[in-house]
Amino acid sequence: MIQYTIRRLILAIPVLLGILIVTFALARMIPGEPCKAMLGEKATPEVCERFNVRYGFDKPITTQFGIYLRDVLSGDFGQSIRFSRPVTIILIERLPLTLELGTIALLIAISIGIPAGILSAVKRNSFWDVFTMIGANIGVSMPVYWLGLMLQFAFAILLKDTFFQLPPSGRLAPGLVAIPFYEVWGWEFAKETFGYHFLEFFSNFYILNSLITGDWKLVGDAIKHMIMPAMALSTIPLAIIARMTRSSMLEVMKQDYIRTARSKGLKQNKVIFKHAFRNALLPVVTIIGLQVGTIFAGAVLTESIFGLAGVGRILFEAITARDYPIIQAFTVVIAAGYVFINLIVDLSYVFIDPRIRLE
Amino acid sequence: MPPVSLSNEKQKDYRSNSLWRLTLRRILRQRNAVLGLIILSILVFIAIFANVIAPYAPEQVLIGLEEGIKKRQDPCIHLFGCPKDQPQHLMGIDGNVRDQFSRVVHGSRISLMIGFTTIGFAIIVGTILGSISGFFGGWVDNLIMRILDVLMAFPSLLLAITIVSVLGPGLQNALLAIAIVTIPVYARVVRGSVLSIKEMPYVAASRALGGNSFHILINRVLPNAIPPLIVTGTLGIGTAILDAAALSFLGLGAQPPMPEWGTMLGSERNQVFTAPHLVFYPGIAIMLTVLSFNLLGDGLRDAIDPRLGQSQN
Repeated sequence: MIQYTIRRLILAIPVLLGILIVTFALARMIPGEPCKAMLGEKATPEVCERFNVRYGFDKPITTQFGIYLRDVLSGDFGQSIRFSRPVTIILIERLPLTLELGTIALLIAISIGIPAGILSAVKRNSFWDVFTMIGANIGVSMPVYWLGLMLQFAFAILLKDTFFQLPPSGRLAPGLVAIPFYEVWGWEFAKETFGYHFLEFFSNFYILNSLITGDWKLVGDAIKHMIMPAMALSTIPLAIIARMTRSSMLEVMKQDYIRTARSKGLKQNKVIFKHAFRNALLPVVTIIGLQVGTIFAGAVLTESIFGLAGVGRILFEAITARDYPIIQAFTVVIAAGYVFINLIVDLSYVFIDPRIRLE
Repeated sequence: MPPVSLSNEKQKDYRSNSLWRLTLRRILRQRNAVLGLIILSILVFIAIFANVIAPYAPEQVLIGLEEGIKKRQDPCIHLFGCPKDQPQHLMGIDGNVRDQFSRVVHGSRISLMIGFTTIGFAIIVGTILGSISGFFGGWVDNLIMRILDVLMAFPSLLLAITIVSVLGPGLQNALLAIAIVTIPVYARVVRGSVLSIKEMPYVAASRALGGNSFHILINRVLPNAIPPLIVTGTLGIGTAILDAAALSFLGLGAQPPMPEWGTMLGSERNQVFTAPHLVFYPGIAIMLTVLSFNLLGDGLRDAIDPRLGQSQN
């Protein structure tokens, strides 16, 4: 197992290198000089010369890539042009929100999608099955951002002053502040160090942060703000997971061992969950891994609608401002995360299906 | 001597005819596919006759044409009690005082065009790459597939966003970006088919008869790789339309005043609380279009390859 894990990790290196090459190449393919593209009107020849020296654009392309590679590996993604701050710091501030949102969305998708799919397969061609599959078909065809806007209209306008009212945007209600756990606990340490940024990263998961500091009001408020965006973000994955679970279950239910299990008098629940579902899980887990990509891409769309200052929102802002270091860094981080998640999915096969031997 | 066999021509004709008819019959048995086909036919009809159906030109500003017209006016439908003396606006008036219904109708042309051109482009390039990869194998195969692996390592919409942000916003660049990120899918499908088909006896026969590689690839291998391509392509059109609308929504694709559904949504997104109809209809239009291709694609898959079972993936 360990050997296999190591081998898979090594095999992921060329892909990660490829991702870096692609993003590096893309940033270099901007028509015209990079300086003019990034600075726009302000780009006089003298400014450009300084700019080129500062960002290394005067060196040969291979050297530039070498420098880029070295920087990325040491966690340095350069300076944001728009914010004049290190991109890595911006990532530390913004990534937790996106991860929080994505995790909730994925949890919603899994916890509704899988049971819906199972029920659909067990009660094949019933009203429930038809209903779920129509829902799933509509779910995959819906633009997330449109759904987001419609949810905003429904929950903030139509259901206003009812129990179901939800805040239309933002991360916390005005006036509420999430105090980082290290400040609550009175930890003292030097700022701008690695350890500080590490803790800061975790404190930016508001729900997690307020859970461990025991601020229940904040937990509730943070979750309330997450419901709508997470619902919008989870529709496509939910629909895909439900469909996959259904077809995988149908496939397994046809097998001889299910009939055997039934004929030896096992209860329906036991047959479904112990015999059928376990064996139907593999393709479902694979598709869940792939949905992480949908969620990351969807975050770009949902975050800007719901006024959430996450990675997706800033990526959108960076695109409008042509802030390439940010675009480049975020693309790399998200793609690397996507590769990593799917690597974990691959490794999890052994636990799901012991017949799979990792050789 | 009387002829002992039918002419080649006739035999081929008979076979392909029955194959297509069989497939069509199987498609028509799928409720999903029929529904998809119906929605799609209506959409194509609307797109073709957009000029006739839409009461106004999509970019026509109605100030001065109608008295007392206001921007973001609510829909006025005579059937639902809107006074008969007021001009009818089925989907209301948009932020630039244009008839929303006319814009949504004309949007169908753009979206269908987007779907077909991107996927067409991706299929052509993907087929070339996939068939080279599968047919010749060796280091060529390795090189092509590793490059495509890297492209597939990105979440596709995200890569498309990055590509457009480099190329610059615009419908053409958005289409190119979406085509590029979908190429790997088609290349893989074609490669897979080619790998299995090239071991078939009739390919060996063709080779024994002296056919060169190019001839075998074009005339023997590729025609048999078409069915999975049609299925993947139909499903891909839906995704392409969805992604293109997303790019336009972000301001990276079609630019105003083009009546593209995503662009329309993007420019009125802040009005969802005051003029929800401007956000509602373009979204419904996108959804129905994508839904029709998805239903049709699912049905085609079940019809063409029944072994795949129902609606996988």
